[in-house]
Amino acid sequence: MYAQMVKTGVDHIQSKEEMSPEERAFQERVDADIKIEPKEWMPEAYRKTLIRQISQHAHSEIIGMQPEGNWITRAPTLERKAILLAKVQDEAGHGLYLYCAAETLGVSRDELLEQLNNGKAKYSSIFNYPTLTWADIGAIGWLVDGAAIMNQVPLQRCSYGPYSRAMIRICKEESFHQRQGYDALTKLAQGTPEQKQMAQDALNRWWWPSLMMFGPSDAESVHSAQSMRWKIKINSNDELRQKFVDQTVPQAEYLGLTVPDPDLKWNAERGHYDFGEINWDEFYQVIAGNGPCNRQRLRTRVKAYEEGQWVRDAADAYAAKKAARAKAKAA
Amino acid sequence: MTDKKEWPLWEVFIRSQHGLSHRHVGSLHAPDAEMAIMNARDVYTRRNEGVSIWVVRASDISASSPSEKGPLFDPANSKVYRHPTFYDIPEELGHM
Amino acid sequence: MAGQDALFEYLLRLGDNALILGHRLSEWCGHSPALEEDLALSNVALDLIGQTQLWLNLAGEVEGKGRNADKLAYLRDARDFRNVLLVEQPNGDFAVTMARQFYFDAWHYLLLRELTGSTDSRIAEIAAKALKEVTYHLERSQEWVLRLGDGTEESHRRMQEAIDDLWVYTGELFDADAVDAAIIRDGLGPDPASLRDLWLGLVRATAEEATLSLPQPGWAQKGGKQGLHSEHLGYILADLQFLQRAYPNATW
Repeated sequence: MYAQMVKTGVDHIQSKEEMSPEERAFQERVDADIKIEPKEWMPEAYRKTLIRQISQHAHSEIIGMQPEGNWITRAPTLERKAILLAKVQDEAGHGLYLYCAAETLGVSRDELLEQLNNGKAKYSSIFNYPTLTWADIGAIGWLVDGAAIMNQVPLQRCSYGPYSRAMIRICKEESFHQRQGYDALTKLAQGTPEQKQMAQDALNRWWWPSLMMFGPSDAESVHSAQSMRWKIKINSNDELRQKFVDQTVPQAEYLGLTVPDPDLKWNAERGHYDFGEINWDEFYQVIAGNGPCNRQRLRTRVKAYEEGQWVRDAADAYAAKKAARAKAKAA
Repeated sequence: MTDKKEWPLWEVFIRSQHGLSHRHVGSLHAPDAEMAIMNARDVYTRRNEGVSIWVVRASDISASSPSEKGPLFDPANSKVYRHPTFYDIPEELGHM
Repeated sequence: MAGQDALFEYLLRLGDNALILGHRLSEWCGHSPALEEDLALSNVALDLIGQTQLWLNLAGEVEGKGRNADKLAYLRDARDFRNVLLVEQPNGDFAVTMARQFYFDAWHYLLLRELTGSTDSRIAEIAAKALKEVTYHLERSQEWVLRLGDGTEESHRRMQEAIDDLWVYTGELFDADAVDAAIIRDGLGPDPASLRDLWLGLVRATAEEATLSLPQPGWAQKGGKQGLHSEHLGYILADLQFLQRAYPNATW
């Protein structure tokens, strides 16, 4: 997911009796689906967890601009170019909405960007994989955005007002992202043998990393349990992953593509697809910084930030001069 | 890096095509009001959402305090006679 | 020059300017000084890509050989491109990008304003749509020139350098050749030379307010309009056209 394995800082779930009166009142409001708003009292752990989760989500959006941005100048038609540019631009917008939501919790965008740039903050594992062919653009829209939507739609109902409102806006805008990806892949799947091969190769490379996006099973995780209690996480990782597989496999079949999992088969008894073992070693390596593109992604981000500093400073200096001039004129 | 100044935060209000009041749509960073309006146009009206933009520095907004929510808003609860549903109008009169 | 041939050439110029500048701006997406700017620059690029489609589709229609905007954008070599040299110049730093944009927007705005009165209603319609977009482009690039010119010492230095460096490519904007002569003759578009004073006035006013000095009019680097480009264009096309060239006749 765009936020993976978010720590809550708690070691167990408090019972009602253990809670302070404020904590109890807070939890009761969350239970009653009353939104928590910025200046209201909230447990410190809730605030910190939200900052971690929302900023991880924001970082994922802006790092996620890179693998797709990689093909903007090489998109194969003017229309595809416009669509891809509009999509990557939307991701900048989504990052922006999310940073603003995090800022309502008393942290600045610059602080969050610094955590990203110095490697302290994480972003989704998926964006550390390279986009090698045009088909990867289709695969990202279809699989990665498809997986993200699974998580984001329920988050529209999350307990924190600004986060919930950002998710509503994001979901509304994202509705075209998955479709354009599937549409691009459809063209390839129905195209020349080389194009079809390109599409299959993209599915082969993106399938497993997409399943990893949901994170390891969190059935036993105290952090997930706490986040669910706070209603800032709505579904378990396994639940969302299963839903994703069930939804995606027929879509792959429709394209005439083969999902690269020999263990994949329909289980009539469960009413779900069974699927093979995920390589969690790879996931942990990517999270730890050893994915194919981690260094490249971070370097690019740091470079953009540092090279933009003089521009941001100039605009600030100009604003100050202009304000001073207006004041002098008024005096 | 922490000593560097960040562009201030602005709250953005947009009036949609349908003649309703300006509505808060989100926030953004900009060095001054002119850029804030342009950025608001580029960030918040990409899908034809608006015909008019207001921007306000977030730090210039005065807000009611959440701790006073009770005294501020609960008293209105008991004024049921302000709502049309409080009154029974004979059905044969039709719509009023 | 025969009317139809000149019109085709002229439309290629309009379309290629939008195509190449849109391409350059799209390179910024994800690399700009702030998220807000990523969104803003992408909007300008998207406007220009949209204009490219309109101009080049019309060019294909006028040519009458079954080529549409995609065929014209993706399957011509550098010598057949008709954009001015200014738009193919590399992005450089943000000051270079904004100086290029400002020079171009000011000219683009004045040109489109004239084209809304074209005797060819197809041209007038596209120009009217594009003019709205470009009015905003000009507003933004002007605001940035002010901020960078009159911002910090560093930004002033960078902006002045960019203004100086790109100056040599502005002369081409006002240079008329046989194509322009035919266009003027048929009332399709303005004499490029007639835009020069307006452009200078606009550019000078903003430069002055931004505490920048404009170079003296001098030698102009030209050739783009006739297909004689800088080395940069070949690399743009290598990117732009890669898939269409590597997989001929595929549909995307």
